[in-house]
Amino acid sequence: MSQDHDHHHHHDHDHSELSETELRVRALETILTEKGYVEPAALDAIIQAYETKIGPHNGARVVAKAWTDPAFKAALLEDGSKAIGTLGHVSRVGDHLVVVENTPQRHNMVVCTLCSCYPWEMLGLPPVWYKASPYRSRAVKDPRGVLADFDVSLPKDMEIRVWDSTAETRFLVLPMRPPGTEGWSEEQLAELVTRDSMIGTGFPKTPGAPS
Amino acid sequence: MNGVHDMGGMDGFGKVEAEPNEPTFHADWEARVLAMVRAMGAAGAFNIDTSRFYREMLPPHVYLSSSYYKKWFLGLEEMLIEKGYLTKEEVAAGHAMQPAKALKHGKFDLTQVERIMVRGKFARAAAAPAKFNVGDRVRAKNIHPTTHTRLPRYVRGHVGIVELNHGCHVFPDSAAMELGENPQWLYTVVFEGRDLWGADGDPTLKVSIDAFEPYLDPA
Repeated sequence: MSQDHDHHHHHDHDHSELSETELRVRALETILTEKGYVEPAALDAIIQAYETKIGPHNGARVVAKAWTDPAFKAALLEDGSKAIGTLGHVSRVGDHLVVVENTPQRHNMVVCTLCSCYPWEMLGLPPVWYKASPYRSRAVKDPRGVLADFDVSLPKDMEIRVWDSTAETRFLVLPMRPPGTEGWSEEQLAELVTRDSMIGTGFPKTPGAPS
Repeated sequence: MNGVHDMGGMDGFGKVEAEPNEPTFHADWEARVLAMVRAMGAAGAFNIDTSRFYREMLPPHVYLSSSYYKKWFLGLEEMLIEKGYLTKEEVAAGHAMQPAKALKHGKFDLTQVERIMVRGKFARAAAAPAKFNVGDRVRAKNIHPTTHTRLPRYVRGHVGIVELNHGCHVFPDSAAMELGENPQWLYTVVFEGRDLWGADGDPTLKVSIDAFEPYLDPA
């Protein structure tokens, strides 16, 4: 698993270096624990929360709600954090979430060229590609080229807007609702909303298409 | 600082390669590193801007050849040593050898976990009225601080339009250096792709950054 990961991302870790990293990480945790800075069980709980509680399902619920409830959509575009705070079933969200709407005229895409800023509460931890050099370097200069890497293409004259997350503001793309979903429930619609469609590197699934 | 972390517009890194069904973590140690960074930050050992600055200060060849969580680990270890929470000797020995340094918010234990799962608040009261209004033309300053900044190189010197005013926020350039929060107005400023990348740039492209007021001049 780890070897695949390293190979895939062209890092030059060989197996022994990875083991050395593991040893160093363990040593650091031992020191932090022995000095009374952290409780290992609290670290376990953080990890468990990131693995189970946060994820793109949170963002998908928000998008599906916006597709079915015009008043919520208007509130969401006005103040993302405040609007999401009114939904009991979605995990709480911190301040300064800005929701940006895709339209037939404009496609939005989110990047963090300086590090890896990402709306964790809505989408979970970012995928490796979002944090890696190819995406961070090229998204602001050649977003259509980046989209081609995802097999996504936009009409030639469509405006493409790239949001570089350079502060503590976080951005979530509100994709366009797929055609053929009239009368669908929020729960059904949420199933169509992909993580990448909320970053702007993909579209929602369309009804009947293989997932 | 003009480091390799400031990647916007660089060429040569190749294709974006998405991994199907990517797991949250690729190894257990990655999860431990994430948790230690979150825990020690919440305990008050450092702020988020300082932690970013330590990753940026990794030598360029290390930055570029290390995986994401390896960078987090290297930055964390260095930062905790420099801030006096542990020593090089302890790291070499793999055990505590010195008394602990007091943490601002105390030990990070189970009762703290829930509070860190919601993002912190970075908005602050304004000390002065905003200098710019939505719709104003502004020029990103041509500045090259050797310390932490969130003004990416690719916009410096270029003219854009103020599109949103997010209010007053903690200023990372000050906070990263532990010089206080020094809150500043924060704006979304949008640039034409061709202004940034020249006549060959994508004519349909607009790029925005979130810019703190000290980064901007009227234009």
